Amino acid sequence: MSDSSMSNTPKTSIHTLNARTKKRNASETRFKAYGIAAIAAGLMMLVVLLVTIVGNGYSAFTQTFISLEVELLESKLDKKGNRNIEDIKKVSTFGYTPLLQTAFEEKVAELGIETELSKKEMAGILSKSAAAEMRNLVVEDPSQIGNKVAFTFLANSRVDGYLKGRVTRESIANDKNISVAQLDFVDQLKEQGVVVKRFNPDFIFGADASDQRPEAAGIGVSMAGSFFMMLVVLGLALPIGVAASIYLEEFAPKNWITDIIEVNISNLAAVPSIVFGILGLAVFINYMHLPQSAPLVGGLVLTLMTLPTIIISTRASLKAVPPSIRDAALGLGASKMQSVFHHVLPLAAPGILTGTIIGLAQALGETAPLLLIGMIGFIASNPPSGFAEGLLSPNSAMPAQIYEWAKRADPAFYERAWGGIIILLVFLITMNTIAVILRRRFERRW
Amino acid sequence: MYVKLTASALAIAAVAATSAAARDQVQVAGSSTVLPYASIVAEAFGENFDFPTPVVESGGSSAGLKRFCEGVGENTIDVANASRAIKSSEVEACAANGVTDIIEVRIGYDGIVFASDIDGNGFEFTPVDWFNALSDKVLVDGALVDNPNKTWADVNPAFPAQPLAAYIPGTKHGTREVFEDKVILAGCEETGAFEALKAANGDDKKAAEKACIALRTDGVSVDIDGDYTETLASIESNKDGIGVFGLAFFENNTDKLQVATMSGIVPSTESIATGEYPVSRPLYFYVKKAHIGVIPGLKEYAEFFVADEIAGPDGPLAEYGLVSDPELADTQSAVSDEVVLGGNS
Repeated sequence: MSDSSMSNTPKTSIHTLNARTKKRNASETRFKAYGIAAIAAGLMMLVVLLVTIVGNGYSAFTQTFISLEVELLESKLDKKGNRNIEDIKKVSTFGYTPLLQTAFEEKVAELGIETELSKKEMAGILSKSAAAEMRNLVVEDPSQIGNKVAFTFLANSRVDGYLKGRVTRESIANDKNISVAQLDFVDQLKEQGVVVKRFNPDFIFGADASDQRPEAAGIGVSMAGSFFMMLVVLGLALPIGVAASIYLEEFAPKNWITDIIEVNISNLAAVPSIVFGILGLAVFINYMHLPQSAPLVGGLVLTLMTLPTIIISTRASLKAVPPSIRDAALGLGASKMQSVFHHVLPLAAPGILTGTIIGLAQALGETAPLLLIGMIGFIASNPPSGFAEGLLSPNSAMPAQIYEWAKRADPAFYERAWGGIIILLVFLITMNTIAVILRRRFERRW
Repeated sequence: MYVKLTASALAIAAVAATSAAARDQVQVAGSSTVLPYASIVAEAFGENFDFPTPVVESGGSSAGLKRFCEGVGENTIDVANASRAIKSSEVEACAANGVTDIIEVRIGYDGIVFASDIDGNGFEFTPVDWFNALSDKVLVDGALVDNPNKTWADVNPAFPAQPLAAYIPGTKHGTREVFEDKVILAGCEETGAFEALKAANGDDKKAAEKACIALRTDGVSVDIDGDYTETLASIESNKDGIGVFGLAFFENNTDKLQVATMSGIVPSTESIATGEYPVSRPLYFYVKKAHIGVIPGLKEYAEFFVADEIAGPDGPLAEYGLVSDPELADTQSAVSDEVVLGGNS
């Protein structure tokens, strides 16, 4: 840089760049370009990811519905005619199917649609959940028997796929679940406004459904499962984590024991989550005999996983509080504990909260440990009715439900898996945004 | 701080204590092949009875039976689904843990099909073709040699010269056993390789069978340990691949897959029911008799599962791909009489 080192070379002005400066500038420009390229590549990936997720998943939020008036025939549903609830309950969902077929016949006659389908084939465009929907209504309100009731039934997943463009006349050539004639029939009904595609809140709030009726499956119950697990994590990991870090940071003597503890906390944070799953299975289920598939157990396992994250972030934010605050408090006669709880902890709170929220978000998206404690399968079918049941009765969690849907045979479940991912991402993004806002808004810097 | 810690500890203890309260829903675990059928039944059961919907977990036949045999009590599962019959070693393991009275329920049959990409070549297989394609050692001009076949045309001149690539279930699947027994071993015996292997192994029949089902390890045959969705993804990425699927899975994905015939028979619920299509196996579930009367709805669930309106030829299970059992009536009476394995004692 200095001219003296270049005494052998001809004198140059500092206003004209010499070769070395040019080289250094060039390398700086190159480095900036690399940086921008790296960010651009990262953003590209993010865009591809989001476009794929939204592109595949948005269709899960709409569903095809068929409106139909069904006459709830007394001769089928209550043969004795005395409206005894026990007798009515004896008629299974299979007993309701003929009513649907008759309703279709009537609808076709009323609208003047010409079709060569048998009434069984016509009813085949409905979801298998239709009969259950009718039975639920009748069991809840037996006085409806004999009336003509207007229902809005879900359409079969193949019909739904047809309206969404996933199923075409070519693709069903070998499909025994639906025929081209049935799709023609759907077109006719659609023109008359009987078949409509609209937003389906049941996808967000409903329960899981069996392999035969993907159209009825929703993520709501597993969302409740995730919620109860997060309650357990928050209720245990936050107090334990904060208490542990305050003790380690403020009270514990610095000796080799605390050093070992410190190293091990960092190690725990790096332990793969599946290990916590195995631990949970061995300790909570096999030894402590907590119930299988319960969100309580899931929450305990995720607590173990989240604790190190919370401890590390809490200790970092406690460390960031300047010692002068402590010294001032102690100098004015506060006890050690008063100085910590009245002065240090409030100042560290935003950092602790941020760490906790990020730990929770991580736990919310965790699937691996749940595989081992029985939260995968056909589980999320009973909405919890209260707090204790929410914790103890079997349930799934959102990521586990998504995994379960992704491996089912019917392609309609695949769409729902992507839809579930969208909901999960919305939760994660919201939580992370709250963490960022809290940090920006309340964090003090010295 | 102490107060807080004690409070949390108390909270855990309290919650743990309440969990000892009675379980009111049936818990099922086991084979992922049976899972779709079990979930269809569980859902219908929840709709038609006043009991809560049973919980059905997957994890594989062996894992399910292992959990089933862990003991008796509310903390163990009530029903294990299996895509194969329970082994005597498993019955012993059960007995060692106090699970003695086991009710075996056969729900029907499941077909195993060979399918390839819808736009690719169609195939008409015989067990011999599969043996010659995948076995480690094959018979060429009367001598056992390492499998030299590279394309399907090498295996059978009637086939197109498509590179060999097979996606078969991994060894933890019950499906693998059926594939080995009914396809590879059958082909082995038919080609005469079985006799040659028996001679090479000093007339030991067991060793010859084992040598028969030893598959080549040069990457032509790929074990899929996951579900059929993974097999399907493999075929979508390698259009030359041929995969092994359950019939129900294939029937839900006819827009992506075409099915191959086996010994000239097209797989369908009908051809499997008559026994014409050779590659099929029975599906079971096992009920812990000690839990009947303790867990509400357990017996009703078992009876409902095999009822005509569910497991019969026109029921929802058959519609989904299960081959209905012609001896269903016997099964129904066995369930209602609670007949246990090894006879009622």
